[in-house]
Amino acid sequence: MTTTYLAADWDRLGSTFLEAIGDTLVMVSVTMIIGGLLGLVIGVLLYTTRSGGVLQSKPVYWVLNVLVNFIRPIPFIIMIAMFAPLTLSVVGTTIGRSAAIFIMCIAAAFAVARIVEQNLVAIDPGVIEAARAMGAGPWKIISTVILPEALGPLVLGYTFIFIAVVDMSAMDGYIGGGGIGDFAIVYGYRAYDLEVTYAAVIVIVIIVQIAQLLGNWLSRKILRR
Amino acid sequence: MSEPVTAPPRTGTRIEFRDVTKVFTNQRKAETRAVDGVTLTVEPGEILGVIGYSGAGKSTLVRLINGLDTATSGQLLLDGTDVIGLSEAKLRSIRTGIGMIFQQFNLFHSRTAAGNIEYPLKLSGMGKAERKQRVAELLDFVGLGDKGRNYPEQLSGGQKQRVGIARALATNPSLLLADEATSALDPETTHDVLTLLREINREFGITIVVITHEMEVVRSIADKVAVMEAGKVVEYGSVYEVFSDPKTAVAARFVATALRNTPDQVEAEDLLAHDGRLFTVDLTEESGFFAAAAQAREDGASISIVHGGVTTLQKQSFGKMTVRLNGPEEAIETFRATLARTTDIQEITR
Repeated sequence: MTTTYLAADWDRLGSTFLEAIGDTLVMVSVTMIIGGLLGLVIGVLLYTTRSGGVLQSKPVYWVLNVLVNFIRPIPFIIMIAMFAPLTLSVVGTTIGRSAAIFIMCIAAAFAVARIVEQNLVAIDPGVIEAARAMGAGPWKIISTVILPEALGPLVLGYTFIFIAVVDMSAMDGYIGGGGIGDFAIVYGYRAYDLEVTYAAVIVIVIIVQIAQLLGNWLSRKILRR
Repeated sequence: MSEPVTAPPRTGTRIEFRDVTKVFTNQRKAETRAVDGVTLTVEPGEILGVIGYSGAGKSTLVRLINGLDTATSGQLLLDGTDVIGLSEAKLRSIRTGIGMIFQQFNLFHSRTAAGNIEYPLKLSGMGKAERKQRVAELLDFVGLGDKGRNYPEQLSGGQKQRVGIARALATNPSLLLADEATSALDPETTHDVLTLLREINREFGITIVVITHEMEVVRSIADKVAVMEAGKVVEYGSVYEVFSDPKTAVAARFVATALRNTPDQVEAEDLLAHDGRLFTVDLTEESGFFAAAAQAREDGASISIVHGGVTTLQKQSFGKMTVRLNGPEEAIETFRATLARTTDIQEITR
């Protein structure tokens, strides 16, 4: 069986491809920073407001928990449509890179929140009790005990989320967000150019590999293993 | 300058429980009285041992002192200040004056030994240079001068507890709470840690409350002992009083575990397989045991020691001895009657 396809014209596509890679990197990094921080805050609140936590509060925990459970299962592509009105009021437009980043941040924040919470639950409650016995208040305990004690697993959790965010960025093509995913669809899939698609896949795999190696290395260093 | 570790003796905290009760309510609204109407005073500089089986409420009792749990009713005075009902902020400032050590050590895994000891100093707002000096002093004091850079997982159990103790002492507390602090340690390390606690108590005059389920711990360091059962303090007294004359069954059981000077059931049955009658006699300095034994021999009975032990507690010795008597009934009865007047004597029968 032979497959015929047009040889990719890298002279023409080269600069577009590079631009797409740049777009992906920007979208993913901004999402990791903003969505990651937001998720960290929500995750820490989920952990500390649950019963027995240092900021124990049933209503806050309940609201956050329901919110996270509500948003997390929504497929990203539907989230783009669903959040369009919100995106419009915050970003001013529902298309383009900024709009894409906005929705990615929301989606990432809630995914990160659960992962943060799950990693914090594993902390030995004894060390928190020890800090309390020494007179540390809740915010001190969060910043000087909870986060440092869970840092290694948290780094791995963020590495895991990084891949999900790269995956999200591929779908941003639908609202003109650009990026490698968009490039692969427009110049690869729709142009029946498998070579372009493969090139896009290889670049994504490389980015993910680098992130995973970096995450593993960092967490090992933190955990001293 | 920070206060050197070898500071002149301070006054320890005086703790006064007045009818303190702690009720836990679970999700199904079922109530558990973890601490039930406890009234107890710990004098400054005293070491109180709180002993009881698990679930007796001893951990809760001690957690009420530094407000990790809040009592439901009663008064709990620390040097005259009632901690029950204080705001979390006020409790935090009280906690900085109370050190606490734990069964599982509860060291921060993300910090080195030195970092762990430094933590309460950072909380107290001490400057960096001062902190460094104080940490070095404390590491030396607990005998870990060269282990400051080690992380908890690189230390043995005994070393971890020493770090825990140094951390608890960092802010010069006048009260130290030890929650089963030696229960995860082997006997030799337990002995070292207890010796260190005793040293701390003698040197700084710190009041210490030790929770344990091992009577041996109470015996080696406590001045007073409170025996807890089902949330209540069922027996309280000096260690000598409770050891030499336990009033409740639970106290007697604990004392027996530490002294082993009366034959247990299996041993008693083995002993009863032979001829003669068995008596367990309390030995005190005035018991008159030797005179009674000499008399029994004169009356034609033979007497042999089959079990027993004598120990020294708080500078007084006491013990129990189980003896076997063979011979004329009258001689044996005289022996029993004589000792019954001066001490406690009990016959072991099937």
